[in-house]
Amino acid sequence: MAGDLLAEFEEPEALVEAIHLLREAGLRELESFTPYPIRDVQEALDLPRSRIPLYCLAAGLAAGAYAYLIQWWMNGFDYPLNVGGRPLDSAPAFIPSTFEGTVLGASLAAFFGVLAFAGLPRLWHPVFEVEGFERASIDRFFLRVGCDQERFDVHRVLPLLREARALRVVELPEARE
Amino acid sequence: MDTRAESAAYSKAVDEPSVLLTRAPDAVLTRRLLAPIWVGGITWKVLFLVTAGGTAIMALAIAYTVITGIGVWGNDIPVAWAYAITNFVWWIGIGHAGTFISAILLLLEQPWRTSINRFAEAMTLFAVLNAAMFPVLHLGRPWLAYWIFPYPSTMQVWPQFRSALPWDAAAISTYGTVSLIFWYLGLVPDLAAARDTAPTLLKRRLYGIFALGWRGSSAHWNHYRIAYGILGGLATPLVLSVHTVVSFDFAIAQLPGWHSTIFPPYFVAGAIYSGFAMVITLMVPIRRIFGLHEVITTRHLEAVAKMTLVTGSIVYYAYAVETFLAWYGGSEFEMYTMLKDRISGPYAWIVWIVYGINFVAPNLFWFRRIRRSAIALFAISIFINVAMWLERFFLIVTSLHRDFLPSSWRMYLPTFVDGAIILGTLFFFLFLFLLFLRFVPFVPISEVKELRHELAKEERELAERAKEAAHGR
Repeated sequence: MAGDLLAEFEEPEALVEAIHLLREAGLRELESFTPYPIRDVQEALDLPRSRIPLYCLAAGLAAGAYAYLIQWWMNGFDYPLNVGGRPLDSAPAFIPSTFEGTVLGASLAAFFGVLAFAGLPRLWHPVFEVEGFERASIDRFFLRVGCDQERFDVHRVLPLLREARALRVVELPEARE
Repeated sequence: MDTRAESAAYSKAVDEPSVLLTRAPDAVLTRRLLAPIWVGGITWKVLFLVTAGGTAIMALAIAYTVITGIGVWGNDIPVAWAYAITNFVWWIGIGHAGTFISAILLLLEQPWRTSINRFAEAMTLFAVLNAAMFPVLHLGRPWLAYWIFPYPSTMQVWPQFRSALPWDAAAISTYGTVSLIFWYLGLVPDLAAARDTAPTLLKRRLYGIFALGWRGSSAHWNHYRIAYGILGGLATPLVLSVHTVVSFDFAIAQLPGWHSTIFPPYFVAGAIYSGFAMVITLMVPIRRIFGLHEVITTRHLEAVAKMTLVTGSIVYYAYAVETFLAWYGGSEFEMYTMLKDRISGPYAWIVWIVYGINFVAPNLFWFRRIRRSAIALFAISIFINVAMWLERFFLIVTSLHRDFLPSSWRMYLPTFVDGAIILGTLFFFLFLFLLFLRFVPFVPISEVKELRHELAKEERELAERAKEAAHGR
């Protein structure tokens, strides 16, 4: 066997157990596929914290600053209009649009951040070739064990997966580039 | 202990009906919640045709308005706002409950939001779409609506950002966009489930495209959860800001009855109040027609009724405060509008209907039996919807029709085109909602499964603790 392994589990608890066993055996390249987010699984995999919040903050600040500055420039300099003697830089009046700009920028960053970090849209993926993988969005829990890692050895991994009550283990087809 | 008994023990421990009654396996649950998008029915087709016909009324009325001119509406000086702005405020207010459920209750970790947040968000989207139509039509020359946005034009002028109208445009376009991406992001895992259970290749491909290739991998969920939480956090101040900006349209004007600092909180509470009424109006029939009693339970009915009671009470408090301030402020124009014209003028009958319904309707929800009765909730919600439309109507018309100079006083009467447009938007709203029910998973499937997983865990822990306590004794 040369490709990545994909194990199927009936219960999230079994999946968590498998992740613990494999991580104890020194395997790090693991990826689960579940129909809903499961806190125990995410914790067991010990994933790095998502960097999306940082991008949201940056995008929100940038969009807010942009929104304020264009209002200030447009109403204060490029097309100054004296309305009842109010100052040209009417800060309080510029706040609503600035706020909306901030929220819009940060929200778009959150949405496109998910797409970018998750590598979506990507309509085809090797795991979709596995018969029965469609249950990953319904009621089954899958675990991919990467074969390109140092301590990967099929003869060591298979018994561990079986110990964790894997229903079956299949080899993933190579990704067609 | 079997699962049913465990569930009963849990309900008793928290002293509330359970948020989820189903014990079906995940596969059965998924199939049941996806069934409406695979199997149509004759009822759906009939309703679809009826609402499509109603939408045609709206389209004709709008075409007539645009081709002939704004004069076909009843508004004139001094009542220049009338129906268009009443409809605008009413629709956008309805949208607010959807965001409240999906965002604020997400941050507060309320488990009962799960089953109803998807359709409440869809309600928001369609309500915002309807709302956005009115300020544009109200321009009289709607094809020039893009002048509100700051783009470098050959006319070498810029929008005036000291006016409330650019704020409105910014608030509503942001609100629509953020609601859409929040809704769609939550939808992606369920579209993947639809893709994976699709009966035909064509449907599989269509849902596959919209699911963007979602695989539910740990990395996907890792980013998804964070982003979903952030969107909830951003939508929370956003929803409060939108109706605040809408209320600024009134509050920064000098007219008696409008020029008041209480308007932002008053409007936000009114928006959420009327929105929850619309949630009930939609939720009760959906639950009945699709037999979703185990997903949308008595707990949901009660929770929504309580929210209506709370926000309705805030609205009533605002009525009292604005009336008191009109007297306490000492302005004779304020006093005339608030203390004389409103309660005994030509539109007083509308004012009293609103004060009556908005007092009685939410206060009925003090009674547990009413809160738990779907029929009672539905009937009350219809009254609240109507009352909240009338409230915006009198708020606009009573302040405008008699302002500072008696020589310019004039009554407002709507025309049949005004009536056709509001009626048509109601049909259009239901039309979009029917399409949504037929083609989109309207109960968040992955969230329901996640909730059930967590509830089951909680129940097991509770049962274990009970067992330990019994042993200890």
